[in-house]
Amino acid sequence: MFENLSDKLQRVFKNLRGEGKLSAENMEAALREIRVALLEADVHFKVVKQFIDSVKEKAMGQEVLSALSPTQQVVKIVRDEMVKMLGTHQAKLRFANEPPSTLMIVGLQGSGKTTSTSKLAKFLSKNGHKPLMCSVDVYRPAARKQLAVLARELKLPLYEGSDADKPAELARGAKREASQIGADIILLDTAGRLHIDDDLMVELEELKGILNPTEVLFVADAMTGQDAVKSADEFHKRLGITGVILTKMDGDARGGAALSIRSVTGQPLKFVGVGEKSDALEPFHPDRVANRILGMGDVLSLIEKVEESIDRKSAEEMQRKLLDDEFTLEDFRDQIKQLRKLGPLESLLGMMPQLGPMKDLKNVKVDEREFTNIVAIIDSMTAQERRNHMIINGARRRRIARGSGTTVQEVNNLLKQYTQARKMMKSFTGANAGMLGKRLGKLKLPGFPGFGG
Amino acid sequence: MFKTLFGSETPEPSLLDRLKSGIQKTRTGLVEKLEDVFQGRKEIDADVLDELEYALLSADIGVKTTQEILERARQRVDRHMLGDASELKQLIREHVVEVLQATERPLPQVSQPPAVVMVVGVNGAGKTTTIGKLAQRFRNEGRSVLLCAADTFRAAAIEQLEVWGERTQTDVIRQQAGSDPSAVLFDALQAAKARKVDYVIVDTAGRLHTKTNLMAELEKMDRTTKRVIPDAPHEVLLVLDATTGQNGLEQARKFTETAGVTGIVLTKLDGTAKGGVVVAISRELNLPIRYVGVGEKADDLLPFEPESYVASLFD
Ligand SMILES: Nc1nc2c(ncn2[C@@H]2O[C@H](COP(=O)(O)OP(=O)(O)OP(=O)(O)O)[C@@H](O)[C@H]2O)c(=O)[nH]1
Ligand SMILES: [Mg+2]
Repeated sequence: MFENLSDKLQRVFKNLRGEGKLSAENMEAALREIRVALLEADVHFKVVKQFIDSVKEKAMGQEVLSALSPTQQVVKIVRDEMVKMLGTHQAKLRFANEPPSTLMIVGLQGSGKTTSTSKLAKFLSKNGHKPLMCSVDVYRPAARKQLAVLARELKLPLYEGSDADKPAELARGAKREASQIGADIILLDTAGRLHIDDDLMVELEELKGILNPTEVLFVADAMTGQDAVKSADEFHKRLGITGVILTKMDGDARGGAALSIRSVTGQPLKFVGVGEKSDALEPFHPDRVANRILGMGDVLSLIEKVEESIDRKSAEEMQRKLLDDEFTLEDFRDQIKQLRKLGPLESLLGMMPQLGPMKDLKNVKVDEREFTNIVAIIDSMTAQERRNHMIINGARRRRIARGSGTTVQEVNNLLKQYTQARKMMKSFTGANAGMLGKRLGKLKLPGFPGFGG
Repeated sequence: MFKTLFGSETPEPSLLDRLKSGIQKTRTGLVEKLEDVFQGRKEIDADVLDELEYALLSADIGVKTTQEILERARQRVDRHMLGDASELKQLIREHVVEVLQATERPLPQVSQPPAVVMVVGVNGAGKTTTIGKLAQRFRNEGRSVLLCAADTFRAAAIEQLEVWGERTQTDVIRQQAGSDPSAVLFDALQAAKARKVDYVIVDTAGRLHTKTNLMAELEKMDRTTKRVIPDAPHEVLLVLDATTGQNGLEQARKFTETAGVTGIVLTKLDGTAKGGVVVAISRELNLPIRYVGVGEKADDLLPFEPESYVASLFD
């Protein structure tokens, strides 16, 4: 769908080699790519401008670190800057000194307030709190019913009030009820409204006056475009929001609205909604959302997939083999088979730290068909050949080529790749510099065979 | 004999009037930006083009489409075909209108009622509300309508549709919460045939286009529909929230692939968002925009008119 930002930057920096510094000239094209990537991710254009300026400032005159390619260095600056803007640490919910604490949930129509309210209730009750939910959405048909159904499913308390109650009466009723049942948190679900609907914004101000909430949480849809700035700004001006919940992040929206909202309100993102079920609420991780906005979400999920699909024991065994130089062609084949289950690799390769034996990976094209050939070639070897590639001489190579329906050239290539992969993987298992190095190191990634340059 | 069920006979209030009336808008949209651009500046220079770019971007038109529009403009400026900024404005406006007009097509014809209208979209886009508004509209045209509560998943979704049924005096076919959407649909279509109603409008659960199992459910519903009425559904409307950014294109693509979308309803245009991603959707997927939602009441749905829409962006 979207081209990964680091791929784009890679193209930009293709010709950079040899220049020691990031300069105005070579950065210009890079910054253009970053700008486009951010706009495609729905970051507000003014925020993009600010962001680009600060990246420019950071990057100018920096020495190109020997451990990183210029691409990676710029990606690193961009990521760091974005994480910084999104909020480096994870913001927690605040509670009142004297219970009950009130959390007011506000936002535009259809952003996901009711679902988020029930998710928060579940989250809080799991953490030892006793929340009381109340919906003051007297406008949307069956809105209060919706929260009532969710509360019943969760077996958590709800203040229902009566049908004729106005929002203010409901809010006061919830307050009374909370002290009666000893709830320490009131979760107030409000009706969705447009930020330019003055009557309804006044209603929120009144509710805020009645409840004196500890948190006013603005719920925003991750798919929101440029308008996010206007609505968030207006809600913030009228109510003083204290945090943001970004919903529907289980889709494929890049979520640039997060950056826009954060930069226009200055308020922290606190939670991310990742599904329709009641436990699909996660604390906000700035680094993850940064990756996502930059179009690197795929890489992250690929890493997660690797983590899921590789069982720890065989990974450890593999590592031992590598260290002891026992990594055979058979292991190589198994690794390929395992990797093929993971999908396209190019995006991941682009993110690798480009140093040592891996620097050749930079412009590698992964031809998925080649994997099939590699497996065929190894299958045509004898068990002895697979265990010791040194014995594969010219005659054996010809035989293997015939047996696998490939050419001697291809068999040669494979053997070269195998020895390269061995070298490369060894460097993975050691401590590794670079952005993803640490993460990959932790994962004991089994290696990446099979790329034709 | 073919009947056009989707036509409307009553004169419509103009979209532009409605967009201008309603809630007093803060003028921070494209309009203001364009005025900035054109104020006191006649010559077209790089700054004008820059600001114009920002103006288009802020309506969620998207980088790619914006760049293409600007490229056209730039060529004309180079060839000295454009004298001043106001001509540039006119050019851009005409271009966007052309894009939107290119996808216009007549409403589907229905050989024999009922006409089946499926309404799909991501969570919270405004599907159920749009269905209430559509029911109102068809009823005003003197047609009989049946609603199908096939969102059996979201809490109180059925009750929400029932309220709209009451408001528009339309029957709702429903089953218990949690039942199979296709089963409700089957019931509704049978009932519609037996009662000889003109329209069945089907509410579906909101779903993100990336969830393959939920998208497969829509395919199943399509098969169920065709089993009862072979040439149905006659219209599949994708409801798109005007605040949606560039993800709207992917939504439209995926829903078209699996649910065979035939038209777009752009909701929440009464806010400050413009829903400019529909320009890209029109261009790339050739889908007409059928209606726009301009509020939460039953008559807050209007037929889409490219010229009025573009005018609301530019004037
Ligand atoms: N201002 C405004 N609000 C709208 C419009 N259309 C729908 N809404 C509101 O948007 C919210 C969501 O609308 P629904 O019709 O429930 O959306 P849905 O797509 O059916 O939602 P799910 O079934 O939960 O996926 C409600 O509060 C509606 O009143 C519109 O055109 N303008
Ligand atoms: Mg609905």
